[in-house]
Amino acid sequence: MTTTYCTTVPETVSIEIGGIAIALRTQDPSFHRLIENRYTGFVGESPKSQLEFDIDLCELSDSSPDDDLEVKIDAGEWLLKRGDFRARWNPETSRGQIRQSCSPYAIDCVLRIVHTLILAGQGGFLVHAASAIRGGKAFLFSGLSGAGKTTISRLAPPDATLLTDEISYVRREGNRYMAYGTPFAGELARVGENQCAPVSAVFLLEKGLQNRIEPVGPSEVMRRLLRNILFFADDPELVKLVFQSACEFASLVPIHRLTFVPDQRVWEIIC
Amino acid sequence: MLIAGEIMMAEKYIARSKAIAARLVGGEMMVMSAVDSTFFTLNEVASAIWQAADGRTPLSKIVTGKICQEFDVDPEQAQRGADRFVDELSQHGILLVSDQPVVEIDFSASPERG
Repeated sequence: MTTTYCTTVPETVSIEIGGIAIALRTQDPSFHRLIENRYTGFVGESPKSQLEFDIDLCELSDSSPDDDLEVKIDAGEWLLKRGDFRARWNPETSRGQIRQSCSPYAIDCVLRIVHTLILAGQGGFLVHAASAIRGGKAFLFSGLSGAGKTTISRLAPPDATLLTDEISYVRREGNRYMAYGTPFAGELARVGENQCAPVSAVFLLEKGLQNRIEPVGPSEVMRRLLRNILFFADDPELVKLVFQSACEFASLVPIHRLTFVPDQRVWEIIC
Repeated sequence: MLIAGEIMMAEKYIARSKAIAARLVGGEMMVMSAVDSTFFTLNEVASAIWQAADGRTPLSKIVTGKICQEFDVDPEQAQRGADRFVDELSQHGILLVSDQPVVEIDFSASPERG
């Protein structure tokens, strides 16, 4: 008699965003495929990842899907919790676990949070902004929902490379900031290009009756920037870091108000 | 010595909290609470009070010795404005207020220039 033992081998997929590779390990081949499809263009080829997460797919019976997001550090370990996931991550060992429902939104949220935590310690951040590369320079178009991020992305000329229509990824490199493409899509439902370029300018979006670029005072710049930077952790030290990062960014990168009419001519004044 | 019937206003000492981030950006002082993330931009007068909040100098002396001198403002009006400013920032834990000098001051919270 022959007995066949079926073992499930964990499948690993490495997602590389902003130059940071995070290995996600799951026992479920279909979820593995889902991740690969969702993050097309960001699946890393390097076998070495800076962080590793084991994903355990399950139904979380003790929570409601609408539970508020909670991010805190406890005994040196980050604890992330929402209705559809529980995650822990130890920055010392660079390893973590995720218990989540079989939903792409849960893993998406975990990745966003982990990246904000990493970036906070490096002078970078994720920000509510569309971004695109044109002529080797990256431009960010920042605003909350309804400000026009998707509209300006849709109007981008063919020679512009869209990095994201929703969440921009900003890293500090020496005395400049680089914008990276992200798979975090907004209404366009289109994954950004996995490319990067130095940030040349940020435009604070406002819809109006004519296309106009205006200077913005430091107070408004900081207020708008801080409002749009993604930050989840309930941790005073990290809040300070994000504040300092925003100040540094505002001191090195030109930030203007862009009032625009939603047609393609707006891109003629972006340079 | 406090004489019966005499009304004596307690001195107010103010100090910058440890739980804040502050920075001078483009000539304007920006302050954020690290506890509730409230963000304030201080005008020139508020900035001067903020800079002088060393925990040792009474607020009344900051007003008469600094604000009134530097900004040519009526002392009563300046004191009222300073009280309002201190109340508001203390509600967010940005300024610490005491009727005694504040001994433990976080000098690391001194504003950076940017």
